[in-house]
Amino acid sequence: MKEWVIISGKGGTGKTSIAASLAFLAGRPVICDCDVDAADLHLVLEPDVLEEHEFRSGHEAVIRPDDCNGCGICQDLCRFKAIHEEGRIFSVDPVSCEGCGVCVHFCPQKAIDFPESLCGKWFISETRLGPMVHARLGVAAENSGKLVSTVRQEARKLAEQNGHDLILVDGPPGIGCPVIASVTGASQVLVITEPTVSGKHDLERVLGLTRHFQIPAAVCVNKWDINPEMTEAIEQAAKEAGAAVAGRIRYDRDVTRAQIEKKTVLETNAACGLDILSIWKHLNA
Amino acid sequence: MRLSVASGKGGTGKTTLSANLARIAQHTVVLADCDVEEPNAHLFLKTSDIEEKVVSLPIPKVDEALCDGCGLCSKICQFSAIVTFGTAPLVFPEMCHGCGGCALVCPPKAITEHPRRIGVVEISQAESITLITGRLDVGVAQAPPLIRAVKEAVPPKTDAIFDAPPGTSCPVIAAVRDTDMVLLVTEPTPFGLHDLTLAVDMVRDLQLPFGVVVNRMGSGDRRIQAFCEKQQIPILLEIPDDRRIAEAYSRGILMVDALPEYRSLFEDLWKTIRQSLN
Repeated sequence: MKEWVIISGKGGTGKTSIAASLAFLAGRPVICDCDVDAADLHLVLEPDVLEEHEFRSGHEAVIRPDDCNGCGICQDLCRFKAIHEEGRIFSVDPVSCEGCGVCVHFCPQKAIDFPESLCGKWFISETRLGPMVHARLGVAAENSGKLVSTVRQEARKLAEQNGHDLILVDGPPGIGCPVIASVTGASQVLVITEPTVSGKHDLERVLGLTRHFQIPAAVCVNKWDINPEMTEAIEQAAKEAGAAVAGRIRYDRDVTRAQIEKKTVLETNAACGLDILSIWKHLNA
Repeated sequence: MRLSVASGKGGTGKTTLSANLARIAQHTVVLADCDVEEPNAHLFLKTSDIEEKVVSLPIPKVDEALCDGCGLCSKICQFSAIVTFGTAPLVFPEMCHGCGGCALVCPPKAITEHPRRIGVVEISQAESITLITGRLDVGVAQAPPLIRAVKEAVPPKTDAIFDAPPGTSCPVIAAVRDTDMVLLVTEPTPFGLHDLTLAVDMVRDLQLPFGVVVNRMGSGDRRIQAFCEKQQIPILLEIPDDRRIAEAYSRGILMVDALPEYRSLFEDLWKTIRQSLN
């Protein structure tokens, strides 16, 4: 079973539009949306949700005011400045609390509860292009990396049960926690970039990450004709970093039109569909 | 005045807005690049006098001669960063949040804390802009502590613009917290609107004043305007979809330098922001 992950470093380079198009070309792969804090793939694939699961992860400290004697030890020990005091009344700011439990353990009055946090939801759905595993991180919630790992695990289970040989993963931007959780152990990464100074800079960092985790990477420059010289420079840099060049996609306003019609680019007559087809062939070569 | 610039969706123009706004300011301003995973603001400014500070997190080190294998360290650790198998514990530095719980709880005091580098904060000057950039080391997962270090490097009582990472989770929250106003940048597409609604939920949850900036106006439809009208959210600026802006951006040139006709957009935005904060 293969697992291909689409990432970008820089956000907004076209990961989701390209992931949806590749899903169309793949012929019913398992589709997996790992951009859990700003997931968009469902807007194109319109999934029918079959299963909905709560995602609980980590804990959050809560002081019981009636049992607190105002000693302030919790505040002294908290490294995340999450304990606030108002006239010897202490409370935990849930947004700053990292759930380390140090205050809970050392409170002499044992006045701090430590309930599990509800961080979001994940779903198993059916779409016109194949089964899909996706998620929604709660508002201002933490643990996106763990939610990504959960989504990938469930996608793998689904692929094994139903005999799918490809999992297509729409990944998050950046190079931090959710990206690391999306790429570790994947068979291949496709990096979508754009021919801009930012695109080049961010690509170099994301290829540093795939090298660090020893994952084969292929690079695609989207909207390449915005700056052909930069496209050349990016492809050169990609090769030097040990990545393959999967192809170029032209700038095409019909990509937005497809999104508005809730279609993948390949389900419309957008000209750049041909470019995506040639990238698909490259990935399968 | 502390402004933050955020967006649910990536690539909508956070850095474009932050850097052009800083460039057009009539006074000295700090531009703090909090997108520490992929910082880009420095690519658009000619910076000099770069000063670099290493940022670290304290991680545990176990003195095996003192450790009696009691396992309390692994019991208090919520992040599986220190694990015991009946013997001296193993430390997984990449999982550690640096809370210090293991060192505090260890009865024979066998655990000491040592800094583990997670990235750098770079401070440089570009004419009247002081640029403060956070740069996470490749392979490091935790962005929020580095974002907090960037924010701590901003001198008090200066006007500052905080360029946040994309998304709506902990790194974004670390960037926008304690700012006076959040500018949410979006684009007029279904993805843009969907991720804007998530970002609006986030800033409302944090109880921060905010307004919307629509970029590439004309490339999609008017769904952002319809949403903002219904939700009574002010649209502070609309930046037109102009291929010349994209081409200048691709070369690392700011819109207000390449296309002076757009300067007034950002001058007006400063006025609007000042009015709405007074």
